[in-house]
Amino acid sequence: MSILVIAEHDNAALKADTLKTVAAAQQIGGDIHLLVAGHSCQAVVDAATKVNGVSKVLVADNAAYEHQLAENISLLVIELANDYQHILATALTTGKNFMPRVAAILDVAQISDIIAVESSDTFVRPIYAGNAIATVQSLDEKKVITVRPTGFDAVATDGNADVINLDQVTDAGTSSHVNDELSVSERPDLGAASVVISGGRGMQNGDNFKLLDGVADKLGAAIGASRAAVDAGFVPNDMQVGQTGKIVAPDLYIAVGISGAIQHLAGMKDSKIIVAINKDAEAPIFQVADYGIVGDLFDVLPELESKL
Amino acid sequence: MKVLVPIKRVIDYNVKVRVKADNSNVDLANVKMAINPFCEIAVEEAIRLKEAGTASEVIAVSIGDKSCQEQLRTALALGADRAIQIDTDLNLDSLNIAKLLQKIVEEEQPQLVILGKQSIDSDNNQTGQMLAALTGLAQGTFASEVKIDGDKVNVTREVDGGLQTVALNLPAIVTTDLRLNEPRYASLPNIMKAKRKPLAVKNAADFGIDLSPRSTLLKVTPPAERQAGIVVESVDELVEKLKNEAKVIS
Repeated sequence: MSILVIAEHDNAALKADTLKTVAAAQQIGGDIHLLVAGHSCQAVVDAATKVNGVSKVLVADNAAYEHQLAENISLLVIELANDYQHILATALTTGKNFMPRVAAILDVAQISDIIAVESSDTFVRPIYAGNAIATVQSLDEKKVITVRPTGFDAVATDGNADVINLDQVTDAGTSSHVNDELSVSERPDLGAASVVISGGRGMQNGDNFKLLDGVADKLGAAIGASRAAVDAGFVPNDMQVGQTGKIVAPDLYIAVGISGAIQHLAGMKDSKIIVAINKDAEAPIFQVADYGIVGDLFDVLPELESKL
Repeated sequence: MKVLVPIKRVIDYNVKVRVKADNSNVDLANVKMAINPFCEIAVEEAIRLKEAGTASEVIAVSIGDKSCQEQLRTALALGADRAIQIDTDLNLDSLNIAKLLQKIVEEEQPQLVILGKQSIDSDNNQTGQMLAALTGLAQGTFASEVKIDGDKVNVTREVDGGLQTVALNLPAIVTTDLRLNEPRYASLPNIMKAKRKPLAVKNAADFGIDLSPRSTLLKVTPPAERQAGIVVESVDELVEKLKNEAKVIS
């Protein structure tokens, strides 16, 4: 049977996490088709054809799909759904937004945020903010699944898939896009960075987050924050790492002035190496850190920057 | 306009979750329960719409056994006008919850339904979107701002990399993210008043919906424990370890 994977992209580039969702599809097993729904998204289509394991790239290039409005994308996926036994999207904001609509119209339950594939109908997913891991068997004939990228290794990109242009346009007409205010940053995306440095309440204020810049520059790191730092108004929510923010699993995660609340750990504990910098030797973050420094971050950060 | 707020009774977010010894599920015996935090934000937003004169009535609805009346009373104490409990002993998945809520939407005809984006127990992040699909309404998920504008609502959404604002035709479905508002505490007089506010009980079985489960929970296990590492004495030692032992920097 065939598997439909919906590509996550911004019309300019294919999100690297799509490669991980394709990896999950490969573990399920079957002929994999990748849907690119967007507008003026040829660069995404070109990248999609190179994704290993994908036999066909389905392209729906229309203004109705430019902003990934859930109402429109879900209708398109439903039109295609007949040919597929599994439908997969990445558990990022776009996939999380439209996928449950697809499931509801197809009258199937959705299995959210899987981190492992046991068989074609049995999947592993975190519940209770990652404090418990559930193994779930779907009883529906068709499976609608979102995939947590940190659970899978990206497939390679030396493939050569066929392109099929779709001409249907599904515009529900119930919603429209007003505007985007995207954070502009020279730094790598939090979800894709191989090094992440995050600040917590210990940073004391938003201005002090600049102290992380120097270290981040030297390591090519993305900058994140704990929910405590976001709630305190230090930094915007799109920097939040944690159960209610972004889930990351970089090679190196540096937690600065973060105590290690359970909800933060849920967002970063799959990182390969964790470093904690905190003046409180009893902070729970040290229980998950590979290397810890007990000290004042305002002393440690400048020294670290100078020695990298 | 009428605002409907579905809420869920979940484990209190401060409680450390433990998996049962037989790996059948998490242990909820004698655990403190509360309104799901995202649902609390939904209640707050609805009440603010009422205080601003935009909403005329706020209705809280919850699906579960009699114990969820406790959370409905909390919503009433916070300012909801009346409550509906859909009574069932079943542990329903998001799709069946959305189907029951669809019936309430048909009965009550709200202009706006505000839900939490996800519950902190099952972490599904599905119900609002499913309800929107079943009712054929537009959705504004992960909202950090909700502005009614004539026959539309502008919803600013928290998306990867920033914010996106969409305009939705009313009636519409909104799901809340953390920054939408900061929920108030219920005052003692309001808690007393809430006891006299109407709370209707409907039987889930009376809606004619097939509520059979769509999946089987095979097992629940604790997450893999991460071993604590070492405390280094100096930045020099840290840099040396990262270079030569962990090999994550060069």
